[in-house]
Amino acid sequence: MRKLALNDEILLSVQQPARYIGNEMNAVMKDPDRVSIRFAMCFPDVYEIGMSHLGMQILYDMFNHREDVYCERVFSPWTDLDQQMRQQHIPLFALESQDPIRDFDFLGFTIQYEMCYTNILQVLDLSGIPLHATDRKEQDPLVIGGGPCAYNPEPLAPFFDLFYIGEGETQYDALFDLYKKIRTNSGSRWDFLKAAAQIPGIYVPAFYDVTYHEDGTIASFQPNQEGIPQSITKELVVNPDDAPYIENPIVPFIKVTQDRVVLEIQRGCIRGCRFCQAGNIYRPLREHSLEYLKKYAYQMLSCTGHEEISLSSLSSSDYTHLKELVTFLIEEFHGKGVNISLPSLRIDAFSLDVMSKVQDVKKSSLTFAPEAGTQRLRDVINKGLTEEVILKGAAEAFQGGWNRVKLYFMLGLPTETKEDIEGIALLAEKVAETFYDEVPKEKRHGKVQVTASSSFFVPKPFTPFQWASMCTQEEFLQRAYVVKDKFKEMKNKKSLKYSYHDADVTILEGVLARGDRKIAAVIEEAYHKGALYDSWSEHFKNEIWMQAFETCGVDIDFYTTRERKLDELFPWDFIDAGVTKEFLKREWLNAINEKETPNCRQHCSGCGARSFGGGVCFENQN
Amino acid sequence: MKFIGHLDMMRYFQKVMRRANVDIRYSEGFSPHQIMSFAAPLGVGITSRGEYVDIEVLSTDSSAKMLQQINDAMTEGVEALSYKKLPDSAEPAMAIVAAADYTLSFREGYEPSNWDDFITGLTTFIQKEQILIMKKTKKGEKETDIRPWIYQLEILPSHRIKMRVAAGSIANLKPELVLQAYFNNQNQELAKFALLIHRDEVYANCSQGDTPHFCPLEQLGEDIE
Repeated sequence: MRKLALNDEILLSVQQPARYIGNEMNAVMKDPDRVSIRFAMCFPDVYEIGMSHLGMQILYDMFNHREDVYCERVFSPWTDLDQQMRQQHIPLFALESQDPIRDFDFLGFTIQYEMCYTNILQVLDLSGIPLHATDRKEQDPLVIGGGPCAYNPEPLAPFFDLFYIGEGETQYDALFDLYKKIRTNSGSRWDFLKAAAQIPGIYVPAFYDVTYHEDGTIASFQPNQEGIPQSITKELVVNPDDAPYIENPIVPFIKVTQDRVVLEIQRGCIRGCRFCQAGNIYRPLREHSLEYLKKYAYQMLSCTGHEEISLSSLSSSDYTHLKELVTFLIEEFHGKGVNISLPSLRIDAFSLDVMSKVQDVKKSSLTFAPEAGTQRLRDVINKGLTEEVILKGAAEAFQGGWNRVKLYFMLGLPTETKEDIEGIALLAEKVAETFYDEVPKEKRHGKVQVTASSSFFVPKPFTPFQWASMCTQEEFLQRAYVVKDKFKEMKNKKSLKYSYHDADVTILEGVLARGDRKIAAVIEEAYHKGALYDSWSEHFKNEIWMQAFETCGVDIDFYTTRERKLDELFPWDFIDAGVTKEFLKREWLNAINEKETPNCRQHCSGCGARSFGGGVCFENQN
Repeated sequence: MKFIGHLDMMRYFQKVMRRANVDIRYSEGFSPHQIMSFAAPLGVGITSRGEYVDIEVLSTDSSAKMLQQINDAMTEGVEALSYKKLPDSAEPAMAIVAAADYTLSFREGYEPSNWDDFITGLTTFIQKEQILIMKKTKKGEKETDIRPWIYQLEILPSHRIKMRVAAGSIANLKPELVLQAYFNNQNQELAKFALLIHRDEVYANCSQGDTPHFCPLEQLGEDIE
C-alpha cells in the first residue's frame, strides 16, 4: 500500500481528508524512478475547486501520455491543514506519489483568477521553495505559470521562473525535450531558462527590465539579454481535433464542484463582448467536429461512471452542430441514468425544447445575461442581446411551464448612467409582466420569480475596456443602492429579487488584473500578514490588503480609477494575444460612440486573430 | 480508503456500477437513481473486509464474471469479494443487520504500558452485569447500559482484541465505546486516535427464537453459475 504523507491523526482531524490522499479512479500511478521529469501540476485553491478545472485535466492526461514524464497533482491545503503543516514542518506533497513537491523538476500553476495569488505563495511556501525566482537554487523545481491570468503575468513576475502564454497543448513537448537535453548535458537552471525563452509562448520574467515614467506608467519594457524575443505570441491549437482531449478523467471520491463529464465543444467566441477577456484572448473560435465529440462523450462516460455530462464553451448556441450533438446525447444517454446539462445556451425555441426533455421544468430556472439595463449600454459593451429577444425568450419559456428566471448584470460599466442602472429593475419588471401577459390565470403554477443579480465590472487586459476607468468601492455600492431602491418601486416587486456582489474584493481584483511588477510586493506583504483564500468571502480580509498597499506605498487608484491614455504602454503589451492593440483601441472608441460591432460570422472586423491561420476566420472559404 | 465517508463511498459504488456495466435498475422520474442499499455505514477511519451492498439488477452474468467486471472498475483499496443472488423475498440489507465483528488494536505510541494487566482488567470488566456509559443522543447525553450489546470479546495474539457487538437500526454499539467504558472505569481517558479499528464481518440474526443466531450476510445469498 502507498505510504501517505500525512499520518492518521492529521487526516482524521482535518475536514475532508480525501482531499489529500489521491488514489482516485483514473489517477495515474507511475514509478517515479523510471521517469526523467517529475511535474507537479497545481491549481492554487482547494481540491474541490481545482479538480473541477478542465484545463488541468487535459494537461495531466497529455503529460502522462509521455513515458518519460510523471505529472502529479497538488492543491492548496485548506486552512486547517495549512496550520498543522506549518506547526509540524510537513512539506507540501503531490497527491499521487505523496512525495514532497520540492523534489520535483517542475511546479506548474494554472492561474485562473486573480484572487488565488496568495494561494500560489502558500503552495511555494509550504513546499519549501523560495518565493522569489532569484533566490532559488539549482535543485529547486522550476516554477511555471499558465492560464488566463498569465496574459498579464507582471504582478506575479518575481515568483515565477517562467510563464507559458496560451494553450498548453502545443509547446510542452518541446519544453520537456529541452529540459531533458539540458539536464543530460549537466546544463544549469540558467541555461535551461535561456533556451526555453526561445520556445514560442514562453516568457522568462528575469530576462526583461521595466523602466517607469515619473507618473508611474511604463516607459520601456526590454529584454536584458542577447537573443531574447521582444514580444511573446500566445500559443494556440489551430485545429482543435488534432489535440488530444481527456481520455481518462480522474473521478474524485468526494463531491467536487464539477462532478460530471465535461465536453469542451469549441474554444473561443465570435461575439466580441467588450468586457470579456476570454472572448478576446481565446480568439479565433475553433470548433470540434461532431465525430470527435461523440467519441469522447462515450469514452469519458464509460471510464468515469459519471451520471451527468455537460457541454463547455463560451457560447454553446454558436456551435454549428449543436442540434445534432444534443440530439445524439439525448438519444444515446438520456434514460440510462445520465443527466445532460446545457449551460450557456441562448434561450429560444430550440433550447427550450431540449431543456424540457432533459430537466424538470418546474424545478429549473432559466438564465439570461443581458449584462446591462438599457439597449444603449448593451450597445456600448457590444452585448448583442436586445430587450425584444429577452422578452420573447421569456414568453416562450413561461408558456413552456417555467416560472423562474435569472438575470445577470454588471454594474460600473464604462459610460453607465442613472438610466442604465435603473434599467436593471425595469427590465426585471418587464420580464415579470411578460409572465402575467402570456400565461392565463388558470395555467399559472404559482407566482413568477425573477432573480436579478449584479457583479461589479472589472476592466481586464486584452479587452477594449483595458483603457477604462474603474469605479471606486463607494461608487459601486451607490449604484447597487440605486438598483435596490428602484426594485422597491416596481409594481411586481414581490416577484422580483435583487442581489449584488461584494465590492471590496472587486477593487482588489481590479488592481491585480491590470497590475504591474510593483504589485508583487503588495501580494507578498499581504500573504505574510495572513491573506489567503481571498476568493472565499469568509476568508477574505480586506484590511490586510489595504494595510499592505500602504506599507508598500502603492496607490490603488493608479490601477483602478485612473484614466489611461490611448498611447499608454501597458504592462502586458509585450504579449501578442492575437487581437491587436489597434483593434482593441478601435473597439474602445466604438464603445464610447455606442457603436455595435458585428460578430465574426456576420463580418470580419480584422481583430488580428486571423493570422493564426485557422478557426472561424477561414470558415466557408475552401 | 478509510478516509472516505459513507456518502462518498455510496457515490463511489454508483460510479463503479456504471463503469462495470452492471445492468442495475433505476428509479423512475427526472433524476433516476440506482436501486442500491448499503448494509451498515462504516465510520471514517475504520477499515473493513465485511461490507455488504444490495442492488437490484435487470439482468446479470455469473457471479465470477460479474465479480471480475466490478473489480476491474475499482480503485486500489476496495475489492468486491463475492456477488450473490438474494431471494426475491429478501429484506433490504440495512433492515436485517444485527451484529458486527471488529478487531481493535492500539496505534503505535498509544499502547497500554502493561498489555497483560490491561487484558486481565478488560476481561474482568466485561463480565459485569451492567456497563453504563453516557451515550450522546439528539437531546444531549443519556446513561445507557451497553452490556447487552456486547456479544463476545476475545483476546487475539499480537495485541489485538476481537469483539462482536450489536449493529444495525435497533441497537448499534461502536466498538471503541467498550474500551472507552473500561478506560473510564479505570479513571483513565482513551486518547482520541488510540485505536485502529477494523470491521471483519456483518451479521443478520437468523434465529426464529429468543437466543440470537448470527449468520454473516454472505450466507443469505447464492452464487450465480
